[in-house]
Amino acid sequence: MAKVPVQFTLNGSEKAEFIDSGTTLLNALRDKVGDTSPKGGCHQGTCGACSVIIDGELRLSCLTLAETCNGTTITTTSGLSESGVLHPLQRAFLDTFATQCGFCTPGMIMAAKVLLDHTPNPSRDEVVEALSGNICRCTGYEPIIQAVLTAARANSQNAA
Amino acid sequence: MALALQTFATVKDANTALRAQGTRYLGGGTLVVRAANEGDVSVSGLVRSTDPALSAIAVAGGKVRIGASVTMAAIARHPDLGALAKAARSVGGPAIRNMATVGGNLFAPAPYGDFTVALLALDATVGTEDGETPIGTFLAGRDGSRAIVTSVSCTLPKADSFRFLKVSRVKPKGVSVLSIAAILEQAADGTVSSARIALGCMADRPIRAKSAEKALLGKSLDQNGIAAALAAATEGIAPITDPIASAWYRAEVLPVHLGRLLLT
Ligand SMILES: Cc1cc2nc3c(=O)[nH]c(=O)nc-3n(C[C@H](O)[C@H](O)[C@H](O)COP(=O)(O)OP(=O)(O)OC[C@H]3O[C@@H](n4cnc5c(N)ncnc54)[C@H](O)[C@@H]3O)c2cc1C
Ligand code: FES
Ligand code: FES
Repeated sequence: MAKVPVQFTLNGSEKAEFIDSGTTLLNALRDKVGDTSPKGGCHQGTCGACSVIIDGELRLSCLTLAETCNGTTITTTSGLSESGVLHPLQRAFLDTFATQCGFCTPGMIMAAKVLLDHTPNPSRDEVVEALSGNICRCTGYEPIIQAVLTAARANSQNAA
Repeated sequence: MALALQTFATVKDANTALRAQGTRYLGGGTLVVRAANEGDVSVSGLVRSTDPALSAIAVAGGKVRIGASVTMAAIARHPDLGALAKAARSVGGPAIRNMATVGGNLFAPAPYGDFTVALLALDATVGTEDGETPIGTFLAGRDGSRAIVTSVSCTLPKADSFRFLKVSRVKPKGVSVLSIAAILEQAADGTVSSARIALGCMADRPIRAKSAEKALLGKSLDQNGIAAALAAATEGIAPITDPIASAWYRAEVLPVHLGRLLLT
């Protein structure tokens, strides 16, 4: 299998790897780069656990080939906390019991982050829509929706 | 299984590479990479083109040309494509919409292909390097098609003449039980002067409801006026059965949802 070079910015650091052509971004991130925050649930596009943000857009890393991400900026959940301080979304997920096994959490947080980046004060319906590609088998969705609304409120209080 | 990907700056070079056995074009990858992840060994290589024209949307003189690599999210947020936004937004969740392309949707088997249902009602044409093909002809021959689709083009509908409905069990996102698109023109007295109706999930690919279209001509859009069209809607359909709904169920509910669409 031909090796191809891939370069991108991951959570603020430059990454350059040689990968097998056709490798998914999910596998490249987890196995090559060592960022295991995106989870492989279904590898079929249905669970959202592998969601990452590429150039500001929510994408499924299990269906994205790594070499198509050359030159992009990628954010994963492991890049959200700063100097050991959790991102408001991470804090809210913990505080409002929106996570049990936590497998879906990184994908949920990425989907929620894109929403809050564009819509800092979303309605409940907007949160439901933003999370509609993500499946959670543990918590039910209500605590997760509440966590996102809580994080939005925390953000708007910080901004005030 | 990993798939080698070849990237070309021009569609012409990508078309040449696509002639090799076992190669498929890579759009957004939501179906083709999914198939590879699932172990489909019929595909051994992928080809794509980064030609910027494939990602362009051009609106002029009441018509739109949408490059094949344009995503559902890009259509949904385009200021001039408000009439198509509902159909684009009906495709998957937010991440899928950021990846799913118009070109890929043309090839998506039922229960997918919701945006293509809209394009079929709009009488779109499908562009390749060899020219333009009417969408109905394209869909009929799509399984044998090897050429890269470069664009779809259609006349932009007047907001009140175009209607789209996707019925799903899981809200707000969910695979289609069925989808319906209709473009209706009415004479001054309110009677239907022309009708094109397209259906999703009523065959392995989007189809026209020609008997229903004919039955609407000259009728008014009220309960009595649409009765004959609803009775004719199931003519010529062969709905799919999947975990979402059986063929029987889909056929039973088609007239109900078509009625709601026509009366809105
Ligand atoms: C979780 C999930 C939910 C989904 N929900 C929906 C839904 O609600 N509605 C819906 O309609 N679809 C849905 N889909 C299916 C799919 O995402 C869309 O149909 C999408 O538009 C396919 O486009 P793509 O670019 O991702 O296709 P790809 O996977 O890239 O390609 C699909 C096929 O088309 C061919 N192809 C792609 N582009 C071209 C081109 N330009 N020229 C020639 N051949 C081409 C490929 O070779 C391949 O055979 C869903 C998929 C998933 C995984
Ligand atoms: S692992 Fe990517 S959507 Fe489930
Ligand atoms: S917390 Fe376990 S899947 Fe969501």
